Amino acid sequence: MTDTSMQTPETGRQAVSLTAYDARTRKRAKAEKRFRAYGIVAIATGLFFLIVLFASILSEGIPAFTRTVVSVDFTLTQQEQEEAESTLFKTKAYSDLFIAALNKELDESGLQVDFDEAAIERLLGKVGGTIRTFYADNPDKLGEPIEFDLAASSRVDGYFKGRVSRDTIQDSRFLQKSDLDLVDALKEAGIIKQVFNWPFITGADSGVDNPGGAGIGASVVGSFFMMLVVLALSLPIGVAASIYLEEFAPQNKFTDLIEVNISNLAAVPSIVFGILGLAVFIQFMHLPQSAPLVGGLVLTLMTLPTIIISTRASLKAVPPSIRDAALGVGASKMQAVFHHVLPLAAPGILTGTIIGLAQALGETAPLLLIGMVGFVARGYPDGFLAGFTEPNSAMPAQIYTWAARADVGFYEKAWGGIIILLIFLLTMNIIAIILRRRFERRW
Amino acid sequence: MNDMSRVERQVDTNEIKLECRDCQVFYGDTHAIKDVNVDIEDKTVTAFIGPSGCGKSTFLRCLNRMNDTIDVARVQGSFKLDGEDIYDKRVDPVQLRAKVGMVFQKPNPFPKSIYDNVAYGPRIHGLAKNKAELDEIVEKSLRRGAIWEEVKDRLDAPGTGLSGGQQQRLCIARAVATEPEVLLMDEPCSALDPIATAQVEELIDELRAQYSVVIVTHSMQQAARVSQKTAFFHLGNLVEFGETGQIFTNPVDPRTESYITGRIG
Repeated sequence: MTDTSMQTPETGRQAVSLTAYDARTRKRAKAEKRFRAYGIVAIATGLFFLIVLFASILSEGIPAFTRTVVSVDFTLTQQEQEEAESTLFKTKAYSDLFIAALNKELDESGLQVDFDEAAIERLLGKVGGTIRTFYADNPDKLGEPIEFDLAASSRVDGYFKGRVSRDTIQDSRFLQKSDLDLVDALKEAGIIKQVFNWPFITGADSGVDNPGGAGIGASVVGSFFMMLVVLALSLPIGVAASIYLEEFAPQNKFTDLIEVNISNLAAVPSIVFGILGLAVFIQFMHLPQSAPLVGGLVLTLMTLPTIIISTRASLKAVPPSIRDAALGVGASKMQAVFHHVLPLAAPGILTGTIIGLAQALGETAPLLLIGMVGFVARGYPDGFLAGFTEPNSAMPAQIYTWAARADVGFYEKAWGGIIILLIFLLTMNIIAIILRRRFERRW
Repeated sequence: MNDMSRVERQVDTNEIKLECRDCQVFYGDTHAIKDVNVDIEDKTVTAFIGPSGCGKSTFLRCLNRMNDTIDVARVQGSFKLDGEDIYDKRVDPVQLRAKVGMVFQKPNPFPKSIYDNVAYGPRIHGLAKNKAELDEIVEKSLRRGAIWEEVKDRLDAPGTGLSGGQQQRLCIARAVATEPEVLLMDEPCSALDPIATAQVEELIDELRAQYSVVIVTHSMQQAARVSQKTAFFHLGNLVEFGETGQIFTNPVDPRTESYITGRIG
C-alpha cells in the first residue's frame, strides 16, 4: 500500500451519508421491528388469556364466599321446651314455635304473606330439628332471646345470586314459585340476608344433596398434613441426595445413570406416581386409603426430583473458589460443604423446595388413585396424629369432587375452592420470591 | 541442567523443606507434569514461572494435595515434606493442608465477617482454647497479612465487602492463621492493581522469615523481585531451576532464555 491510497480509499466504496439507509440496513431494521412485534403479540396474547382466566375464576368463584341466611329473633322458655318435648312430633312442635316467631317478625314489619310449614322446610330445611338440637346442647340459653341464623337452601341462595329466577324454576318438592313471594317478603323485612360465608372456609364437605353446607376447611387441613409429610420427607432426602451426588459421588457410569434417571423422573406423569402409590403403599404396605399420609408419600415421590434438581443447581452455583478456600485452610470435605457451600446454597434450596411444594399442593391426578377424590370429608381429624391417618380430602381433590357433582350449587363451590387454592399457591410463591430476594448472592 | 541446579544448591545453606522427585501428573490421558524434580527450601521464596498451561499451577496444587479434589487427576512420584511422603496412604490431606497453606489466584474470602474468615482455620483445627486466644490469633494473623490497621475497627463487616487487594491480604491472613510451614500462592496478584501488588509482594518478603513460600506468577518482574529461587516450566517439563538471579541473567537452557526475553510463551 502506498501513502496515497491510504489517504483516499478508492476501493469502490462511495461516500454515503450515515442518515441514508442502504438496502441491507433497512432489511435488518425491518426484521428487528417484526421480531419485536411478534414478541409483543405473544405477550399480549398471554396476558389476555390470563385476564380471561382470572376474570372467569373470580366472577364464578366470588359468590361462593357469600351465603344467604334467615335470621330470626327467637326465645324459647323452659316451659315451652317441656311442652314441645312432651308432644308426639317433637320437631314439629319446635317448627311451629319458629313459624310463630317468624310470623311475629313479619307482622312487625307490616308485611302479610301466607306460608305453611312445608314452604319453610323448602326454604330452610328441617328447622325444628336444628332448634331442638341447639337447645338440647345449650340448655343455659333457655329463656334468653337468641338470633338464629339459618342457612337458606341452595336454590334460595341461587335466587339471590341470580342463578335461579321465577322463569326458570319448576314447582317441585325443592322449591315452588309461591315460595319466592315469601322470600321477597322476608327480604323486604330484612329477615333474609346475604352474609360472608365463613362455613365455606372453615367447614367440611357435605353430602351430594346439600351444596349450601359444603366447605373447604377440612380439605385444607388434609392438604396441610400432606404438605407436612412432603416437607418432612422430601427436603432432607432431596437435599442429602443432591449434596452426595454433587459434592461427594465419584463421576462414573453409575452416577451418570442415576443423574439421567432423576431428570427423567421429573418428567414422569403424576398419575404414574399415583398408581405406584396405590400398588406399594395401599395394596402392599396396607396403609389406610384416602389418608393424607399416603397422599403425602406419593407427592413426596413426585416432588423429590424437582427438589434434587433445584438443589443441585444451587449447589453448582456456589463458586468453586469457596470450596477451594475452605479446603485450603484444612477443612475436610464435609466441613467445606456444611460450613460454606450449604449456607450459600440455602436460599436456592428453599426456593426450589417451596416451588416443589406448591406444585405438589395443586396436584390432583395421583390423589385420584389413592382414594382422596370423591371422598366426602365430613369432618376434621380428631387430633394431630389422626390428621395423618384419618381419611380426608385435599384441596384440588375436593375441587374436582365438587366439579363432578350434579347440583349446580357445587359448581360455584368448585370455583370458590379454586380461588382458595390459588391464594395458597400465590402465598407460597411470594414467600419463595421474598426468600430469594433476601438471601440473593452474598459472595 | 540437573547438574547445574545441584551446583547452585550447594551455595545455599537453607535446609530442604519439600523434596519432589520424578513427579508425574495425569489429567485423564493427558500427561500434564513430566518428571519434575524440585527442592523447596525452608525460609525461601520459590517462584514458578512459565507460559499459560505449562503445569506450574498443577504442580503447586500437588504440594498440598488439592489435586485430590479433581476426579480425573492422578499424581505419581515422591513428595516429601520434612522427609515424610505426603501421598502416603496414612496421611490425611486435611492435616497436610493445615501445614501447607494456600492462597488462590482470585481473592476468595468466605462470605462471612472478616473475623470469621481468619478464625475459621484455627477453629476447625482447635488452635485456640478460648475466645481470648482466638482474638489474639486473629489479630496476629491480620497484622501479618498487613491488613490489621485497615480492618481493626470493622472486624464484623463482611470480608467480601473489602477491595480486591484487601481481600487478597485477608486471604493471606487466613492462610497464615493456621500456622502453616509452607505457603503456596497461586498467582496471588493477578487480580490486583500495582499498588495492591506491591503491598502483597512486601508481605511475601516478610513472610519469608517464618515460612517457606512457593509462588506461581506470570509476571517475570514479580518473580525477580520476590523470589530467591526460580523454576521455569514449559509444556509440563521443569526446564530450569536455580537461583533467581542466575535464571534471569544467565539462563542455561535456550528455552528459558527465549521465555524471559519474550520470544515464547
